[in-house]
Amino acid sequence: MNEYSRKILKVPTYTLLREQDISKQPVLDVRNLGIDFGGLTAVDSFNITIGPTEISGLIGPNGAGKTTIFNLLTGVYQPTRGSVLINGIDIKGMPIHKVNRLGIARTFQNIRLFTDMTVLDNVKVGMHNSIHCSFADSMLRLPAYFKSEKMSNEKAMELLSFMGLADEADVKAGSLPYGIQRRLEIVRALATNPSIILLDEPAAGMNPSETAELMNQIRRIRDTFHIAIFLIEHDMNLVMNVCEAIAVVNYGRIIAKGTPEEIRQDPAVIEAYLGREEGKA
Amino acid sequence: MQIIQYLINGISIGAVYAIIALGYTMVYGIAKMLNFAHGDVIMVGAYISFCVTNYLGAPAWVALIAAMAVCTVLGIVIEGLAYKPLRGTPSLAVLITAIGVSYFLQNAAQLIWSSSPKSFTSIVTMKPISLLDGQLVITGEVLVTVAVSALVMVGLTLFTGKTRTGKAMRAVSEDRDAAQLMGINVNRTISTTFAIGSALAAVAGVLLCSTVPTLQPTTGSMPGIRAFTAAVLGGIGSIPGAMLGGILIGIIETFAKAYISTQLSDAVVFSVLIIILLVKPAGLLGKQVQEKV
Repeated sequence: MNEYSRKILKVPTYTLLREQDISKQPVLDVRNLGIDFGGLTAVDSFNITIGPTEISGLIGPNGAGKTTIFNLLTGVYQPTRGSVLINGIDIKGMPIHKVNRLGIARTFQNIRLFTDMTVLDNVKVGMHNSIHCSFADSMLRLPAYFKSEKMSNEKAMELLSFMGLADEADVKAGSLPYGIQRRLEIVRALATNPSIILLDEPAAGMNPSETAELMNQIRRIRDTFHIAIFLIEHDMNLVMNVCEAIAVVNYGRIIAKGTPEEIRQDPAVIEAYLGREEGKA
Repeated sequence: MQIIQYLINGISIGAVYAIIALGYTMVYGIAKMLNFAHGDVIMVGAYISFCVTNYLGAPAWVALIAAMAVCTVLGIVIEGLAYKPLRGTPSLAVLITAIGVSYFLQNAAQLIWSSSPKSFTSIVTMKPISLLDGQLVITGEVLVTVAVSALVMVGLTLFTGKTRTGKAMRAVSEDRDAAQLMGINVNRTISTTFAIGSALAAVAGVLLCSTVPTLQPTTGSMPGIRAFTAAVLGGIGSIPGAMLGGILIGIIETFAKAYISTQLSDAVVFSVLIIILLVKPAGLLGKQVQEKV
């Protein structure tokens, strides 16, 4: 049983909120989201509300539209219908870098680190908007530059040690083993100072012990930074243990929402994953 | 001794090509486009410097700064008006537009300054240094050109390696979408790259015309194409590659002029381009891109 699970309350919109999040504004509020590619509806009527310190999961069979949903939430795709509110602000029509500044960061299913840059520089790219030092300052090497450089170094190293990557700081990101690259992507996302991070299959390609470590890290991230986490994952053990609320999608639509226990027993979910049993209508 | 003299001259003209090639390579690395108008920005830079010294009587350093300022603005305007609307379109569309911008600049220069060549006064006032009883002459232009290009190279390396904007540039160059999702304004980063590249083009223009003192609207086009060859030779997208490629092309060109034929020197330079593309398509210092089958 999840040691972090708390009393989960049902609210009328069928959203699961942690007790401490109830009176607060949700970090992510998605209403009736939908996108069509040509004539094909990839996502439709997608609704979800995520509280400020909630760990939620998004599961579904391959091709169900999970990554498309992440792309809609981060502004990579413009939705055909519906709206996405991050910390209460509608992201409609915003350029991608501005959406990120509202407080949403992500990792990628197929790792997309800046492979030619060092681990430390990858994190510093994530901190791009938190370093305030003008072009002239850095060119003229003014004290302000050194000060901000020192501060950003310290913060980046802090984040790296948090995920156990401090020893790798000067290594080129591309030369790291796969599992460590995945962790570095999380650090880089955290460096943007988000209020919610989206993890796209964080355990993909990890062995069981790495996955177990990742589960602890996901909880530690929430408890240390007080941020929400929304993750796509095929590893059911991870999803069922870490997530407090789960949404299941199939063919671009939500077919079930609830606590891990509810999802485990939901007939629609079982059908989507295992197919319909013969003889039952 | 003659051969050393050729080598020195080759390095000198090569250093100019290197500065031009840096502009090509940075823009290619970050915006993923070949800015064929880059050579003509050099010409504009040289004309501005020419006007400031000849008509306003300002000292050389004022002329250089004016040229850099005008070219920086020109670079940003060209990018914003001609290339930015084409972001996300096939690279061929951008390439054709770049060629269009190149012709536009040449013809605009012809309208403003007429097509008759102007004789450019060198901005370098240093006396030539004679070595070994006059067997070897190193002109002030050679020294200044080499020193400036070394300075530019060091400056750019520090800039891309150490500063926040430089890191953003490297990030955009590696993965534009991921960089955007990390909160980096890609449009602004590309614009900055054009600004830096064009300021360097102004420097190159002034140095080029100080070495080869005829200035006309087509002055920039051949050096621009040679510098493009240099960028490909060194590995397009790579800053040290552009530097190495520029120097090599300068030396090859000078030796070809001296020992083969003046008329054939460009043929030799472009043969080098063809050979490089056949043998080592990624260039000398370029990264080998693994093609997934």
